[in-house]
Amino acid sequence: MSIWEYANPVKFMRTSGAILPWVVAGAAICTVTGLVWGFLTSDDYRQGSTVKIVFLHVPAAMMAINIWVMMLVASLIWLVRRHHVSALAAKAAAPIGAVMTVIGLITGAVWGQPMWGTWWEWDPRLTSFLILLLFYIGYIALWSAIEDPDSAADLTAVLCLVGSVFALLSRYAVLFWNQGLHQGASLSVQSGERMSAVYRYPLYLTMLGFGLLFLALLLVRTRTEIRKRRLAALQAREMRA
Amino acid sequence: MTLLSVQGLAVARGGLRTVEGVSFTLDPGQALILRGPNGIGKTTLLRAIAGLQRPVAGRIDMADDAVAYAAHADGVKGALTVAENLSFWARVFGGGGMDTALSAMDLVPLADRPAAALSAGQKRRLGLARLLVARRPLWVLDEPTVSLDTASVLRFAAMVRGHLAGGGAALIATHIDLGLDAQVLDLTAFRAKADRAARPAGFNEAFA
Amino acid sequence: MIALLKRDLRLAVRAGGGFGLGVAFFLILCALVPFGVGPDSGALRPIAPGILWLGALLACLLSLDRIFALDHEDGSLDLLATSPLPLEGAVAVKALAHWITTGLPLIVAAPLFGILLHLPGAAIPALIVSLLLGTPALSMLGAFGAAVTVGLRRGGLLLSLLVLPLYIPTLIFGTEMIRRGQEGGSIATPLLFLAGITAGTLALIPFAAAAALRINLR
Repeated sequence: MSIWEYANPVKFMRTSGAILPWVVAGAAICTVTGLVWGFLTSDDYRQGSTVKIVFLHVPAAMMAINIWVMMLVASLIWLVRRHHVSALAAKAAAPIGAVMTVIGLITGAVWGQPMWGTWWEWDPRLTSFLILLLFYIGYIALWSAIEDPDSAADLTAVLCLVGSVFALLSRYAVLFWNQGLHQGASLSVQSGERMSAVYRYPLYLTMLGFGLLFLALLLVRTRTEIRKRRLAALQAREMRA
Repeated sequence: MTLLSVQGLAVARGGLRTVEGVSFTLDPGQALILRGPNGIGKTTLLRAIAGLQRPVAGRIDMADDAVAYAAHADGVKGALTVAENLSFWARVFGGGGMDTALSAMDLVPLADRPAAALSAGQKRRLGLARLLVARRPLWVLDEPTVSLDTASVLRFAAMVRGHLAGGGAALIATHIDLGLDAQVLDLTAFRAKADRAARPAGFNEAFA
Repeated sequence: MIALLKRDLRLAVRAGGGFGLGVAFFLILCALVPFGVGPDSGALRPIAPGILWLGALLACLLSLDRIFALDHEDGSLDLLATSPLPLEGAVAVKALAHWITTGLPLIVAAPLFGILLHLPGAAIPALIVSLLLGTPALSMLGAFGAAVTVGLRRGGLLLSLLVLPLYIPTLIFGTEMIRRGQEGGSIATPLLFLAGITAGTLALIPFAAAAALRINLR
């Protein structure tokens, strides 16, 4: 049996319906445990208690990027193999990604205020996220503007492709434009000053939790989209009969 | 030699099939008139044959660059004169025969008039004259006689007859009698069935 | 293709507003900025590169929806799609026509407006070269946005929403180049980046735009 079988909406509905409760439970357990554990850790010697926002900030920022990548993959699958579920999954993922980007930006601002003394800094990372948000908004707006669902899927997929290239370009252009204040990637292996294990394990847990949370939301939203399409098809058939 | 061969063609509009199982062939010198009530999918079918739309099922076989398509919109630019409009299309299609085209549709006296000053019927005549400069063997025409007066309809019929005599073919959706020696295909018989059994295997009912 | 270019240029001239409107908008923008930030040359000079590039960007944006919308309305686009011209070529030619009617006049007018904003004379060559290299990408990306939104109601607003984020890299390197010209630094790095972005855009975007047009035509 090939993995593409799950591209069949009926099969997808059945499978996703079966795993959804488990994913929701996993997301809830990981996110809540991770956050509570994270808030119970001792204060950082330099950053004080503000460091604890990392447990929201980093997973949200990570998901914001990963969701766009997922949308890109789903768009490619739609363009190449014409699986409707793939297109609908990309559509369903976009608002989640946009919200994750906003969470990343807001928690970043809340964190940045005591650390850098400013709510907003035109720092490359922050700016890149703002740009990513613009791309999300454009993508969502295009989906909602086109009536014919197949054309909408095609056009948004093309936009996602072109947008990905330019989002990446902007990322490096911004780096060239301003070197910025933001600390390096929190978990990168190369950086000399690594996050201590006390913070690292709860962070891994919340990252896993946010991943599962995204999966749960994605499944729910994709199921809704499929039902919406089915409803539209039934209504159209009714009108013609 | 067949100019156009259509087999088991099905087209969809707004995600729903309109007609299915349409098959016909067109040889040089032949014309085929499409009939059928509004909404049956004549325009969609013609657009599919012109290559503007993907058919849902079936095959369309013809040579590359064989189709000259004319639909409700004439593609006439108001800011250009009649002759400029026509010569643009002549150059795009790599054809010539501007004078023949102008006289065939009785546009010679209007040639230097800006197209914005033309009436609807005159614009339509300009749109149809474009078929002659396109120099393509297969004419795909969607309601070509809309807003034409009786004399112009006769002119147009003569133009189509000349095209057929020259080895061309025409596929025309129209409700009026052009006096052509043409077969008639009524699409009513091919209306898509609403029941699910008629769909090909593997087709999912969630996406009609 | 040349026939299409000639027709588009002729239409732009006859229909009016083709050549002049973008420049007029650019002028108004540059004239309004001092009212916003004050007439002091010390305040204007540092922001002049950004204002000039933003002005060019917005002036370019104004006329984007005309690239395909008119041809879509009167059916020319259907006919072009069935013509022997490859649609990718038609897209590129229409972007070129847009550049000639809006980008080129902007480049000619920009040094003048640079003086209005107290841009030092030393930065003028950088200004011209950056616009010369950058504006073709603006037109091409605009054609892509126009192809995606053609036939949509309220397409204009959506068009700017889609296109402006795509302009960010060009804007960054364009202004950086003028700024370096202003400070007498080496402009080679931003110049190469700008040229690279434009070259890549011109090479690849016509395919994406033609794909979008085909989707919109069906």
